[in-house]
Amino acid sequence: MKLSEIIHHAKGTVLNPSILINDYEIIGGCGSDLMSDVLAAVKPGAVLLTGLCNPQVVRTAQMADVRAIIFLRGKQPSTEIVALATQENIPLISSDMGMFELCGRLYKAGLHSYESNWIGFHE
Amino acid sequence: MSDTIQELYGRKGRNITDHDAQEITRVEELAYDLKISDVMTRDIKTLSPSDTMRSVVDLLRQNRISGAPVMDGDSLVGVISQEDLMRALADHDREALISKYMSSNVITVKSYEPVIKALETFARSRVGRLPVVDEKNNLVGMITKGDITRGVLTAIRRDYQEEEIRRYRASHLFEDIISDRTSLILRYKIKQGDFVNGGQASSHIKRALLRLGAPPQLARQCGIAVYEAEMNLIIHSTNGGVLRVQVEPHRILMQTSDDGPGIPDVKQALTPGWSTASSLAQSMGFGAGMGLVNIQRCVDKMDLDSTPGKGTKLLMEIHLRPDEKFKAPPGASETPSV
Repeated sequence: MKLSEIIHHAKGTVLNPSILINDYEIIGGCGSDLMSDVLAAVKPGAVLLTGLCNPQVVRTAQMADVRAIIFLRGKQPSTEIVALATQENIPLISSDMGMFELCGRLYKAGLHSYESNWIGFHE
Repeated sequence: MSDTIQELYGRKGRNITDHDAQEITRVEELAYDLKISDVMTRDIKTLSPSDTMRSVVDLLRQNRISGAPVMDGDSLVGVISQEDLMRALADHDREALISKYMSSNVITVKSYEPVIKALETFARSRVGRLPVVDEKNNLVGMITKGDITRGVLTAIRRDYQEEEIRRYRASHLFEDIISDRTSLILRYKIKQGDFVNGGQASSHIKRALLRLGAPPQLARQCGIAVYEAEMNLIIHSTNGGVLRVQVEPHRILMQTSDDGPGIPDVKQALTPGWSTASSLAQSMGFGAGMGLVNIQRCVDKMDLDSTPGKGTKLLMEIHLRPDEKFKAPPGASETPSV
């Protein structure tokens, strides 16, 4: 699914529009407020839905090759967070929806889970 | 001098509007970094106020430019543009002197100012080109929005090429240096409680591995493992610690060490969900008791050695599989041209 479609479903606002994102292809989704869970479970190329709003979300995304981050419930990251994400080329989106609702909407629209169920890297 | 982007676009009826100039966000950072002198046109064609409008037609046509500064001896007295020329042509006044049609209210920018200054001036003044002067107010160039677009695009391309060159050079490190055993050691000091910069070292490590030509999946695994380990130093150590990464062609050895407080029960610490992290760490999305478990999943071998009151040493080792090796990224087989 294109990121632009995801933004449409999320009724989201792009917080760092300087990154050219319209053709970003997102293969799956992951939702969590626990960054260690994200690091453990997310597969590369996912969009991350989170209620957490701090620089570690961006660092986590960078380490785990998350392609885009959606901050839920209208949370607005600080300018430092936005600058860090821009530097790392990670689009940040703010959506007024809650975790359950947006996960449900995206799943229904055909975006699948990109959370592995405890499968290690070296399988 | 070849056409500026603006001039090319201009002929197709598309132009960068003042609104765009205010809204452009991608160039914002570069607009502050680049100096006007970096992007301006230095090869300037000037006219005299006593030249005729006919000479404006010739100058603009021959040089394929959209305007020129008007100089009376050494002093800048005006700017003449296509728009002024069109007014003269509409009046059938080709033989009139330039002084009649030029804008004599000249707005200039300084060559040493950042490009953003020129963008702001364009947005405010609604002119299409600005004369550029030096500290002594001597005319040294002209700048259009097209020059800025081109300058920024060049800068972006340069950034990209620099990263390509870095990758090319670094990726040959293990091939070009011959020894019985080559290893590269990276060391980072990690401060206790520094949540704001937490992950910076890991970020540098992941980038270094990619530049060295590590497969992306391997860089990701190492990135996740050192990131958890770095966060552990920030969350749990008394005085911070050291993160050390040893890169070798066949394996990557990552290690954190600190001088306290130590872990009383290592086995318990390795239990998924076990956590002693502060609520601050938890508010950062960490301290859910998954860090060490995560590390174990990412690496081939993990060793946790801790003595309460003395400190903790965490060793993580990843062996490259036979199909994994450091190699130059595709397309970097030749040195990119600068």
